[in-house]
Amino acid sequence: MIMNIHAIKAIYKFELHRFGRTMLTSLFVPAITTSLYFIVFGSAIGSRMREVDGVPYGAFIVPGLIMLSMFTESISNASFGIYMPKFTGTIYELHSAPVSPLETVIAYVGAAATKSVIIGLMILATAYLFVWVPIAHPLAMLGFMVLIAVSFCLFGFILGIWAQSFEQLSVIPMLVVTPMTFLGGAFYSVHMLPEPWKTITLFNPVVYLISGFRWTFFGKGDVAMDVSLAFVAAMLVVCFGVIVWMFRTGYRLKK
Amino acid sequence: MASILSVRGISKTYAGGHQALGTIDLDVAEGEIFALLGPNGAGKTTLISIICGIVNASSGTVTVDGEDIIKGYRHTRSTIGLVPQEISTDMFERVIDTVALSRGLFGKPRDDAHIEKVLRELSLWDKRFAKVQELSGGMKRRVMIAKALSHEPKLLFLDEPTAGVDVELRRDMWELVRRLRDGGATIILTTHYIEEAEDMADRVGVISGGKLILVEEKTALMKKLGRKSLHVTLSEPLGAIPAGLSSWSLTLADDGHMLDYQFDAHAEDTGVSALLSRLGELGIGYKDLNTEESSLEDIFVDLVHRPAREAAA
Repeated sequence: MIMNIHAIKAIYKFELHRFGRTMLTSLFVPAITTSLYFIVFGSAIGSRMREVDGVPYGAFIVPGLIMLSMFTESISNASFGIYMPKFTGTIYELHSAPVSPLETVIAYVGAAATKSVIIGLMILATAYLFVWVPIAHPLAMLGFMVLIAVSFCLFGFILGIWAQSFEQLSVIPMLVVTPMTFLGGAFYSVHMLPEPWKTITLFNPVVYLISGFRWTFFGKGDVAMDVSLAFVAAMLVVCFGVIVWMFRTGYRLKK
Repeated sequence: MASILSVRGISKTYAGGHQALGTIDLDVAEGEIFALLGPNGAGKTTLISIICGIVNASSGTVTVDGEDIIKGYRHTRSTIGLVPQEISTDMFERVIDTVALSRGLFGKPRDDAHIEKVLRELSLWDKRFAKVQELSGGMKRRVMIAKALSHEPKLLFLDEPTAGVDVELRRDMWELVRRLRDGGATIILTTHYIEEAEDMADRVGVISGGKLILVEEKTALMKKLGRKSLHVTLSEPLGAIPAGLSSWSLTLADDGHMLDYQFDAHAEDTGVSALLSRLGELGIGYKDLNTEESSLEDIFVDLVHRPAREAAA
């Protein structure tokens, strides 16, 4: 047995099944939230806004909206996936099973990322009910979506291992990720900001992620696409490194 | 017979400095039922957790089915099934899904027929579509066992399997253990119910204060330490043991109303008949006789408390 494929399949299926049980909240909540954003930002405010970078405002906010939901959904799903077994004690089974750390990560992160991509596509579909959104690079858009989903699910997985209470589990998404996303150009172009905010914003890594995703839609972003990709790659590498370290040392996993 | 489990010099000291296990050496042969007895906190669960890969040992090696549990963890872990002491299951899942998950985790391809067999054996088949949280405590424990058996383990650990379960489930559980053994599985169990170990086990290990203080064939253990006592209830109380009875080791109890005689139940001549005829010759009348065999429980209590007594002496 070089890879325990059966284990990966079993965990992946089990996790998707868990999502399936909460289908209503997990898929319809993002769809409704998106609709609300469109009504408020797209119709009420957007009608008074001029185009941003040559894109109608309603369409301009779509990539940011998708990212906003995908960030939070990825983190919460992946962190819950590994936190719940710790909380209920069923993690004993994972520890006693012939499953390598890599297989564990592939299965849990793979399942959470799958759900995130579905949610992302769901929001995109909802957006078309309100505005026409051109997609300049459809394949790049999908690829970027998957990369973002995987990176944030890895981050969520780390959070789930680290957290020792439900409060800790929600503190990072609420206090760090949501503000960074709002301030990361989800609803505006960084160029619209006056100094010094424009420069300060460039220290927010989320800017690069949203900008990159926006590029796949409209062919231009706040920063160059290769810089965005470098940020995604860096995030993937750092998260993966932390996970490897956690498994090596048994950090908050094993006694 | 070849040993399926071999523990060499295993010790465990937790990060806080608490030493849970001293140095443990143990071999368990394939196909046997081995009972690990010991008071709470003796280190039974720690030992099992190390063998199963849940806790890292501080020193020593463990070999399961010929492979090291760290280097060959894929093989050793898929060989082992574990039913932990605490019931912890995926409360919101259906019984059949959580059992199927376990099979996959342990690297076995999907096999609906085997899952059905396990669930039927544990009387869970009717409840297969019920969510785990809807089940009673006893049923949840059955689910834990079903999970452990889902991947057809050769070596099964049952950590306090009958703690807090009703009589029916206990009986079912022991029947299942016998069937598994007949099917060639090796079973290691920890229990507080000594009569069960006495009933089921081929060998008994006693663990106390993190040390394995004794490992013995159950029958040999009973023979070696199996002493009987004869209680003679006298018609008239005696003030002292008469000189004519000095060749037996006797004690007076109950204010002289009771004469106790300790003897080796397996000896050629237990001395019981000679004692009784001597009592007749001396004209000491008695109303009642009864003999008592020391159970594994007495032996166990004796063993666990002996070091403390010796230290005090």
